[in-house]
Amino acid sequence: MKFLHNFLEKIRPAETSPMYTLHNAIETFLFVPGHTTHSGAHVRDAIDLKRTMFTVIIALLPALVFGMFNAGYQHYRWLSPDLAFWTMDNLMYGAMRIMPMIAVTYIAGLSIEIYFAYSNKHAVNEGFLVSGMLIPLIMPIDIPLWMVAISTAFAVLFGKEVFGGTGMNVLNPALTARAFAFFAYPTYMSGDKVWIGDSADLAQKVDGFSGATALGQYATTGTTSYSAWDAFLGFIPGSIGETSAVAILIGAAYLIYSGVGSWKIMLSGALGALTMAFIFNSVSGSMDPGPMKEYMSIPPHFHLVFGSAAFALVFMATDPVSAAHTETGKWIYGFMIGILGILIRVFNPAYPEGWMLAILLMNTLAPLVDYYVVDSNIQKRLKRAKA
Amino acid sequence: MAGDAVFYAKADPSVLVPSPVSGIVARVVRGEKRVLQFVEIAPDAVNEYRDFGAAKPSDLDRAQILEKLKASGVWSLVQMRPYGVVAKPGDQPKAVFINSMDTAPHAPHIDVQLAGREQSFLEGMEVVKRLSDRTVLTVREGRSLPVFESLNGVEIHLFSGPHPSGNASLHIQQISPLNKSEVIWTLTAQDVCVLGELFLTGTCRLERVISLTGSGVREPKHIKVLPGSALSGILANQVEADGIRIISGNVLTGVHVAKQDALHYYHHQIATLPEGDQPDFLGWLLPGFGKFSLSRTFFSWLTPSKTFALDTNMHGEQRNFVMTGQYDRVFPFDIYPLQLLKAMWASDIDKMEQLGIYEVVEEDFALCEVICTSKQPLQELVREALDTVYTEMN
Repeated sequence: MKFLHNFLEKIRPAETSPMYTLHNAIETFLFVPGHTTHSGAHVRDAIDLKRTMFTVIIALLPALVFGMFNAGYQHYRWLSPDLAFWTMDNLMYGAMRIMPMIAVTYIAGLSIEIYFAYSNKHAVNEGFLVSGMLIPLIMPIDIPLWMVAISTAFAVLFGKEVFGGTGMNVLNPALTARAFAFFAYPTYMSGDKVWIGDSADLAQKVDGFSGATALGQYATTGTTSYSAWDAFLGFIPGSIGETSAVAILIGAAYLIYSGVGSWKIMLSGALGALTMAFIFNSVSGSMDPGPMKEYMSIPPHFHLVFGSAAFALVFMATDPVSAAHTETGKWIYGFMIGILGILIRVFNPAYPEGWMLAILLMNTLAPLVDYYVVDSNIQKRLKRAKA
Repeated sequence: MAGDAVFYAKADPSVLVPSPVSGIVARVVRGEKRVLQFVEIAPDAVNEYRDFGAAKPSDLDRAQILEKLKASGVWSLVQMRPYGVVAKPGDQPKAVFINSMDTAPHAPHIDVQLAGREQSFLEGMEVVKRLSDRTVLTVREGRSLPVFESLNGVEIHLFSGPHPSGNASLHIQQISPLNKSEVIWTLTAQDVCVLGELFLTGTCRLERVISLTGSGVREPKHIKVLPGSALSGILANQVEADGIRIISGNVLTGVHVAKQDALHYYHHQIATLPEGDQPDFLGWLLPGFGKFSLSRTFFSWLTPSKTFALDTNMHGEQRNFVMTGQYDRVFPFDIYPLQLLKAMWASDIDKMEQLGIYEVVEEDFALCEVICTSKQPLQELVREALDTVYTEMN
C-alpha cells in the first residue's frame, strides 16, 4: 500500500484549497494517519470515531439486508400470492430501490459536511457515516429521491451544522430528516400508498390492494391482518429497515457487546413502552367500544414488534450526542421515550406512530435530565463541605 | 555542594530547589518569557554534601522542622492538593498522605525502593507526623512491608485493584475528601526517606530507585539514580535502535524527552516505546485482530489472552466529544468526568469548583485519555484548568 500512500502524498493540494479538505477526508479514509502522541498519555486505544461509526454500520447491516428482501417481497406478493421470502428477485428489487436512496443520502449529506469542514477549517467528521445509513432505513420505500435529498440537506444544515457539527447537535440528525419529510410531504410519508414499492402501479393491477401498515390498520379498523409473529420476524410493510425485530435485535446485541450502544437506553425504553401499554390495557376495559378502545387494548408486547419501536429504541434513542449524557440520566431518558412513544402512537389522530416525535422531544429534554442528575452530585459535594 | 539551592520559587522565595550533586554550573537555559528550562551542573568526582545539621524530629517544634526542610531544599518534594503543585509551607494541611503504591505500568516495586532505607523511612515518618494532625500511609494490598508494621500514630489504608488505584487523588477521596479551601500534602514513600536522611545525617540526599522499562530497552531493571541525571549515561547500552521514544516518567503521564535530556525531578521511571509513525491502511475498517482496545469494536476480543506491543500511534484524529459514559470505566471518582472536562473547556471556574476540580489532578485523567474515542488532549486540558484556578485563587 506504500505506492497508494506515496501517490496521495504527491497529489496533496495546498492547505487553503477546498480540495485539501476532500483530499484529507479520502486520505484518512484509506489510512489511519501515522500521527503519534504529543501530549499526555503516550499510548492510545485503537478505537476512534471512524471505527465507532463503522461499528454502528455493521449493526445496521442485518436490518438493511432484511429490508431489501422485504421490499421485494412486499411488492411481488401482490402479484403472486404464495411467494417465498428469501429469493434473489426480492433482493434485487429491494436493492434497486434502496441503493439509490442510500447513494442520494450520502451525496447530499457529505457534500454539505465537506463544505462546512472546509469553511470552518476542520477535518470532515464521521457522524454522517451513520446518519446517512439511518435516513434511508426510516423512510417509506416509495418516497421520491429528491425528497430524500432535501430532507437530508435540511437535517445536516439545521439539525447539525448550525450548532457546530458532529458532537454539538441537540436533535438526532436522522430523525430531523424524517421529521422534515413528514411535515413537508405528509402524503409521501404516511397513509397506505407509500409502504410498498410502486403502490400506485399495484393498485391498478391488483384488486383489493392495500398497502396499509399494521398500525395503520389498527388506527382505522381497530384490528390488524398481520400476526405478532410476522411482525417480530419482519414480513410486514413499513419503513425500509424497521420491520424486522429479529434483524434489529441482532444489531442491538452487537452494539451492546462492542460497547458502542447504551443498553440502559434500550432496556429502559422497552420498559417504558411496556408500562404505558399496560396502563392503556387496564383502562381500556371501561371504555366505549370503537377503534380507540381496540387500539388501547393492544397487548404490550405487540407494541414492541409493530411499527418502528424496536428500530427507534436501538438505533435512534441511543445516539450518544442527543441522548442524556449521564448514566442515571440515560435510564430516565430511555424510560420517558418509551412512555411518550406509546402515548403518541395511540393518541395521534393523524399518524399511527409516535417514536420520531417522542425521541425528538426527549432530545430537547435530555440536557434538563442531565442537569438534575449532575446537580445532585454538586449538592452532595456542597453538603460534605458544610458538614 | 549537594543541597545548595539552585533556584527558588518566584511566588515564595523560601521554597528552594536543591542541587543533587556538588559541582559547577555549566549552563542555564531559558525558554519563552525567560522561563527557566534547565540548569546543567558539571559534577565533581566525589559528591560533597552541605551539612544542615542532624537533629531528632522530636526535639524540634513544627516551625523548626519546616525551617529545616525549607533551608535544605527538601521541601520541594512535598506536594499539595488541590492543584498538585509544590506545597506552601504556610498552609495548615488537614492531613499528610504518604503513597507507597504506584500502580502506573511498570512502576518501581516498593520493596526495592525502600530496601536498605528502612531507618531513613521511619525517621522520615517521624518528621511527617509533626507536620499535621493526621498522617495516612496508603499501601497496596499484599505489598505491605515489615517496616510499615512498626509505625506508630500513622493510619495505614490498603487499596487493591488495577491502576488508577494507586493515585493519591483516589486515596484522598476515599479517606478524607477535599472540600474547598482545605489542603492536603502528599509525598511518596521514597521522598519520606529523603526527609529522614536529612534529619539523620544533616544532608540532602536525593538518590532514588527508578525503573527502566518498556519494549525499547534491552534489559528492564531497577536502578538507583539522582533526579536530573543525564539519560545518556543511564541508557548507554540499553536503547540503541532508532524510532524509540524515551519517556521520563511512566507511559501514561510522563514527558517525551531526548537522549541528551535528564530524568525529571518528580519522576520514578524511565519508559521506552517504539514510535508508531506509520500510516495504517484501512486500519479503522479491517477486523483488527491485533489491535488493542478496551472496547470490543475490533475483533481482538476473540483472543482475550493475547498480549500487545503498544506504540505511540494516536490511532485516529481528534474530534469533538461524541461518546458518553466511556470514561466511567476507568475513572473511579464520584465526579462526572465529561461534565467537569466541559467546564474546563469553557474556563467556567464556578462550575469546575462545583463538579470537583479540587479533588483531581491531570494524572487521574490519563486512562480516560488513553481510551478516548475522540482523542481529546485531556491531561493538557486539566493542567491548564488547574493553573487557571490556582492563579485566580492565589
